[in-house]
Amino acid sequence: MKKTILTSTALAAGLAVSAGAASAQEIRFMCYSDGNECAVYDDLLTRFEEQNEGVDVVVDEVPYQAIVENLPVQLAAGTGPDIAKITDTGGLNEYYLDLAPHVDTGYWDEAFGETLNWYRVGDRDGYYGMHSQLTITGPFVNATLFEQAGVEMPGAGATWEDWAAAATKVAEATDADFPMAIDRSGHRVAGPAVSYGAKLVEDGTGTFEGFGPFAEAFVGWNEDGTMARDVWASQGGATYADAAQEFINGEVVFYYSGSWQVGRMDEQVGDFFDWKVVGSPCGPAGPCSGMPGGAGIVGFEQTEHPEIVAKVIDFLAQEDIYAEAAARTRNLPAHLGVAQTGVEFEGATPAAQAALTAFAADLPNVAPEAFAYQGYSGNRAMYGITVERLSQAIVGELSVEEALARMNDDLEAAMSEAQ
Amino acid sequence: MSRLWSFLTATRGRDRLHWTDWVSYGYLIFGVLLMFGPVVWLVLSSFKSPNELDRFPPRFLPYAQETLEIEGFDSPLLAFIVTEGELTGEVVGQTRRAAGRAEVVLPADPETRIRIPADTLAPIEDVAFATENYTSLFERFNFLQFFWNSTFITVMATALMLLVNSMAAFVLSKYEFRGRTAVLLLVIGTLMIPQTVVLVPLFLIVTEMGMFNSLWGVIIPGAATPTGVFLLRQYMITIPDEILDAARMDKASEWKIFWRIIVPLSAPAIAVLAILAIMWRWNDFLWPLIVLTRTENFTLQLALNSFQGELQTDWPSLLAMTVLTLLPIACVFMFLQKYIATGIASTGGK
Amino acid sequence: MLRIITPVMRVIEIPMLALQRLLGINRLAWVFLAPNLILFGLFAFLPVILNIFYATTGSDNVLLSDRPYVGARNFVTLTDCGNYLDANSCREDKFWRAVWNTLWFVTLQVGFMVGFALLTALILNRDIRARGFFRSVFFFPVLLSPVVVALIWKWILQREGVLNAFLDWTGVGGVNWLVQADWAFGWSVFISVWAHMGFYTLILLAGLQAIPRDVYEAAIMDRASAWRTFRRITLPLLAPTMLVVLVLALIKGVQTFDEIYAFTGGGPGTATTFIIQYIYEEGFAGAPRLFGLAAAASLLVAGVLVVLTLIQLWVNRRNVNG
Repeated sequence: MKKTILTSTALAAGLAVSAGAASAQEIRFMCYSDGNECAVYDDLLTRFEEQNEGVDVVVDEVPYQAIVENLPVQLAAGTGPDIAKITDTGGLNEYYLDLAPHVDTGYWDEAFGETLNWYRVGDRDGYYGMHSQLTITGPFVNATLFEQAGVEMPGAGATWEDWAAAATKVAEATDADFPMAIDRSGHRVAGPAVSYGAKLVEDGTGTFEGFGPFAEAFVGWNEDGTMARDVWASQGGATYADAAQEFINGEVVFYYSGSWQVGRMDEQVGDFFDWKVVGSPCGPAGPCSGMPGGAGIVGFEQTEHPEIVAKVIDFLAQEDIYAEAAARTRNLPAHLGVAQTGVEFEGATPAAQAALTAFAADLPNVAPEAFAYQGYSGNRAMYGITVERLSQAIVGELSVEEALARMNDDLEAAMSEAQ
Repeated sequence: MSRLWSFLTATRGRDRLHWTDWVSYGYLIFGVLLMFGPVVWLVLSSFKSPNELDRFPPRFLPYAQETLEIEGFDSPLLAFIVTEGELTGEVVGQTRRAAGRAEVVLPADPETRIRIPADTLAPIEDVAFATENYTSLFERFNFLQFFWNSTFITVMATALMLLVNSMAAFVLSKYEFRGRTAVLLLVIGTLMIPQTVVLVPLFLIVTEMGMFNSLWGVIIPGAATPTGVFLLRQYMITIPDEILDAARMDKASEWKIFWRIIVPLSAPAIAVLAILAIMWRWNDFLWPLIVLTRTENFTLQLALNSFQGELQTDWPSLLAMTVLTLLPIACVFMFLQKYIATGIASTGGK
Repeated sequence: MLRIITPVMRVIEIPMLALQRLLGINRLAWVFLAPNLILFGLFAFLPVILNIFYATTGSDNVLLSDRPYVGARNFVTLTDCGNYLDANSCREDKFWRAVWNTLWFVTLQVGFMVGFALLTALILNRDIRARGFFRSVFFFPVLLSPVVVALIWKWILQREGVLNAFLDWTGVGGVNWLVQADWAFGWSVFISVWAHMGFYTLILLAGLQAIPRDVYEAAIMDRASAWRTFRRITLPLLAPTMLVVLVLALIKGVQTFDEIYAFTGGGPGTATTFIIQYIYEEGFAGAPRLFGLAAAASLLVAGVLVVLTLIQLWVNRRNVNG
């Protein structure tokens, strides 16, 4: 009994201390890193703190899991941070702080253009998020294997079928284990699915209409050994898995991932073989689409210091700061001005620089469906459903038709609950 | 059959080793390999560079390719030995490689660049422990702060849990009172509910109580563990009632009986529970992840997992951190397991 | 350590003694229970009661005040099945797959675990050299966090893992363990036993050591066979400990989640998806968060567990009395 009394006094004391600290205009920035992002932002924000006496921006580096799973619950309970780096751009819309009253909206429109829409849902169409890193999906190709096999690499405008055929030939002629691999992620297959005619978003709501042809082809590739079956079949649920390790070991000819892998390829492949990035292959429906993505920095309405929060984000959105962050974190810029000038990525080898440039060059090929899908607030639900059900079809728990039917049912159930 | 059972049930050894002893030792040594081997692998892996981690087939010890300092080149060149052609057996430094051809130089003659097929080069490698996996951790963040938070949570939660649980177990095993069965069922009922499925309601309760972003928000809910009550109660039942009756004759208060007689006699079970409690709190991840969001409150497990991004995981740092997190708990275990032994010895004689 | 504990205990004794005089011994029981009951009430029962509210409401809102009442809809969704044995015929096919997987898993895992834990405890109870060391070794995996357990075994078992490298080297040839449903399931059972066996071994060992030596000496005098001694002395005297082990193993088995989730993610397909993972994904990790469905599932599981445990306790009591 004594113990509980003791603890509650200590508790009260602890609360008093934290309340005292909050009055010194402390801004909490919940951040996650795929590389060095949080460290770079922390460093850039010291400059902000120097310019703004009395403001203390604390960068809390958390596991990505905390951003995806816990942040929404914390926001609902009113205990969220002031600023966060997030990926579910549409899904968290209801909590965003509109920066419009505090920033130069003209500059923001000019700098971020279309990506601002990814943070808008319905009539909540303010200025919410600064897209801090733009990613695009696309293929890495092992050029050395092509050379060894003496197979001509398909050129621009080649289809998925062309690449599958060529990669299979290469894998047969060399000791590569798999012709192709795609990351286990609903986001990664979205681009190819669009190229095969999937709609994904129609009139602002999600749909799996037109997903059939891609599902059919993809499951078929997994069955006949064109795709590395391990990637999708060795996991369950909506778990993410990549095939970077296989590609780095020279076991995969054609690896469909995205621009964020460039750094890792650059460091780890080294001189082992030559690799290059090509544009996303085309599908029978016409488009040769990759899928855009990335992360952005947003402020939340529940903050006690909306003005400072807006100021912090606006500071990071300025062209020079943004360019420096992009260069240091080796991410593609979503800032149109920075993109136009071009970024000299810090410490990148010529191969990496070329790869990032190739990814950037593929951005105009992104189909409107894919672009809209990235900003659709229900896309996380759809990613999860895609991965779960396609995996079941690949391991044979469901037929492709059953999987597609389940996908539609799941989506319907999800949407009826999310209303 | 009876032979087998004599082997399994014997408690006193003979002067010379019986065949059953050999089987026992065989089983135990196999156990050591199976239980310990994977952990050794983990520790060795934590000293590997990212390239070495991704390599197939994996190698037991960490290796790194040697480099050559050659005049005229700013950075050291990767060292190779040539396996075919004119230069067979020569050590060379590689300057460039593209499309299956490599450009190399001999250390003695840095001016002449020689082009040879890349597959005639074999890398020269040496065992190298990548200690920078560890040292970079200390540069990167405030390791001691996280260590302190983890320790504080673990110690407080364990102490609280041991006290509260043994008090409850005492009355549930040694008292006859109305409602005892109900309470016991309640405890067992609580066992059915893993924290994972009540994360959200529990989070709302803890937030409502003002314990969000406080270490107490991890400590106090963690103390309500039914496993402990159940475990201790089952153990305390085996303590003979006569001891208690004798103490009551001597006019000892119930509290004194509890902590002077019951607690010491339950030492083995309490030691087991202590180890478990320490381990649970030390390794706890999902719950602290939702309650603690500020760096100054982070535990080691949270810091460890912040190496996991959306798309990339910093494996070398994560592994090194894992090993560092494992060390203290292994030490605690080494210390506590002696208590289990002595505790058992003292009750065994009764 | 005693130097801290003793004064604290002395201080607590003063109010406890006063309470004892005031309430009498039997009512004092509640004083001993109170702190525990308060903690349970707040952090175990209150969440379950909230879960009942979640289970009967819809939408993906976190706060109960924003959730519309839907009655038994979530339960109906969960139990809407053409044929309970065929998950594909169910509306919530994932739930039923998880149910059947869990059932199989628990049967195998509890059986193997209790069997091996007992065997190991009996061997460790022998008069062997370096007993402390061996005991530590078998307990060691229990110290590892679930994520680490999964990480280690994933590396060993992945297509390019240590085990396959070894099998390739011996010429047997590797197997793609994690892609084949049966293998993945088998390894899940193995890993779970590997990670938790030490805990049960230790409990059983403590129980074995608590059996007084003189009982055995009497048996030796009677020239009872070893098997008879084991059955007539060891097992009955071990019964209370065995009950703890069985009840805990069963409950923890049904609640298996972390290490398997980190190990296979529930795959391949849904081959190693267990109930808690289903609840976690529906209600927490997935999008949108179907709290209602998850809460309903958790209540169903808790209900089944309560019944199972009661049966276990009842059987035990009957055995002890008979």
